[in-house]
Amino acid sequence: MTTILGIETSCDETAAAVVVDGKDVRSNIVASQVDLHRKYGGVVPEIASRAHIERLDAVIEEAFDAAGCSHGHIDAIAVTNRPGLVGALLIGVTAAKTLSWVWGKPLVAVDHIEAHACSPAMGLDQPPWPAVGLIVSGGHTSLFRIDQPTSITLLGATTDDAAGEAFDKVAAILGLSYPGGPEIERIAQNGDPMAVDFPRTMLAPNSLDFSFSGIKTAVLYHVHGQGRTTGGLEKLSPQDIADIAASFQRAVIDVLVRKTMLAICQTGLPTVVLGGGVAANRVLRSALATACSERDLDFHAAKMAYCTDNAAMIAALGYHLLVSGDVAGLDLDAYATGAVPRR
Amino acid sequence: MTQARERKTWETTSAQATFALGEALGRSLVGGLVVGLVGSLGAGKTQLVKGIAAGNAVDDVRKVTSPTFTLVHEYPGRFCLYHVDVYRLAGAAELIALGFDELLQPDTVVVVEWADRVHSAIPSEALWVELIPKGETSRTVTLDATGEAAIRCLDDLRAGQLHLNCLAEDPE
Repeated sequence: MTTILGIETSCDETAAAVVVDGKDVRSNIVASQVDLHRKYGGVVPEIASRAHIERLDAVIEEAFDAAGCSHGHIDAIAVTNRPGLVGALLIGVTAAKTLSWVWGKPLVAVDHIEAHACSPAMGLDQPPWPAVGLIVSGGHTSLFRIDQPTSITLLGATTDDAAGEAFDKVAAILGLSYPGGPEIERIAQNGDPMAVDFPRTMLAPNSLDFSFSGIKTAVLYHVHGQGRTTGGLEKLSPQDIADIAASFQRAVIDVLVRKTMLAICQTGLPTVVLGGGVAANRVLRSALATACSERDLDFHAAKMAYCTDNAAMIAALGYHLLVSGDVAGLDLDAYATGAVPRR
Repeated sequence: MTQARERKTWETTSAQATFALGEALGRSLVGGLVVGLVGSLGAGKTQLVKGIAAGNAVDDVRKVTSPTFTLVHEYPGRFCLYHVDVYRLAGAAELIALGFDELLQPDTVVVVEWADRVHSAIPSEALWVELIPKGETSRTVTLDATGEAAIRCLDDLRAGQLHLNCLAEDPE
């Protein structure tokens, strides 16, 4: 039995978790700022490193308490060291290095996006690899080939906006509250997804890259009129807005599903996994599940608790890296960019 | 004493033309420069930054993506290019708290999307770029340079081979 403490501070969330053998999550603590986001009307009140410093000790303590264990029980500390805000990452990395030294436990460095790619495996009895992984969030939209947690290749990624960012910005265009993704999903339930034919940007025929800035602009001009950026919203009825939300969501999901199936065709792999914050969208989960079942593919979506940024996924991937001997030194640094190689 | 200032306006008729203007700007960059981008949603700010990155010899401009959620991207090139997006921030104080001042070095160029929302954090000597949509794909792009470095960049850009429609120069 190998127990890992995971630490995550790459962007907004301060998180810590205790995970056994890379899949058995004993605790998963996230000091979420979403309530603060709502209170301040759509903007982040403080994403400074200071917020991580203030929270991290308490979050780690809470992770141990919730797991019913102490630092004596853990075998290693896994920490996100890339990609993200260097100032924010350094808080987690410095804490992890200090604890590693004081407790005499090995240190493991984890790539945040690789951890998202492996997150659908948490809680499964059998690992789903090899698989095509679709990771969709506010900051990232990427397709991976995952042969093993320690062997991940980037197949394609967004070339402009991430899908989650498009959801948030379209929500802003439609006058919906923050966070926009769940709001779009909620009001789209009452809308007609065929009402507006928004563009599905596919790029080159065999490309596994994504582009979502065009659909954002298409929604903007649909609301306000061609070439205009204001003045149209007041003329729309609640039903119009629901129809636009449903049509937009349908278009984005069409692209995500078609590209994922293209990745399956190109790789010949038998399984699809889905992770990242937008993986919480039920319409996306069900559309991908349907596409997979039509093709006799296995499909695993990350559990809701592991879709948004969390430290359980860091501890889980940290376990596999530790087992493979990939241990970091106390000179570990933080990096703004990811390490995953492109195919 | 008022600071030296120069302005120039171009019209771009496609996303490709906006990219080309950015590319010419990227070739003219001066170390230590701050470029403040102003423009509504969908105005083409990220597209312009892709061009700037290409002109700055960043190896793969596909990697130049929107930092709205991730806040700061870093692209190595002729100058280390920092791509900052303050859309989610409440104001200049938050940008400073993120370590914005540490990005400003003699061998870096810092491009800030939605810079008008953090006006007081942007140095007084900077290059401001405003993109105004005029139609589905056409944009009016005004470059407004204050200070020696930004004016040198704008002069270089003007001297370069730029096959775009120049609308107005130094209107003051």
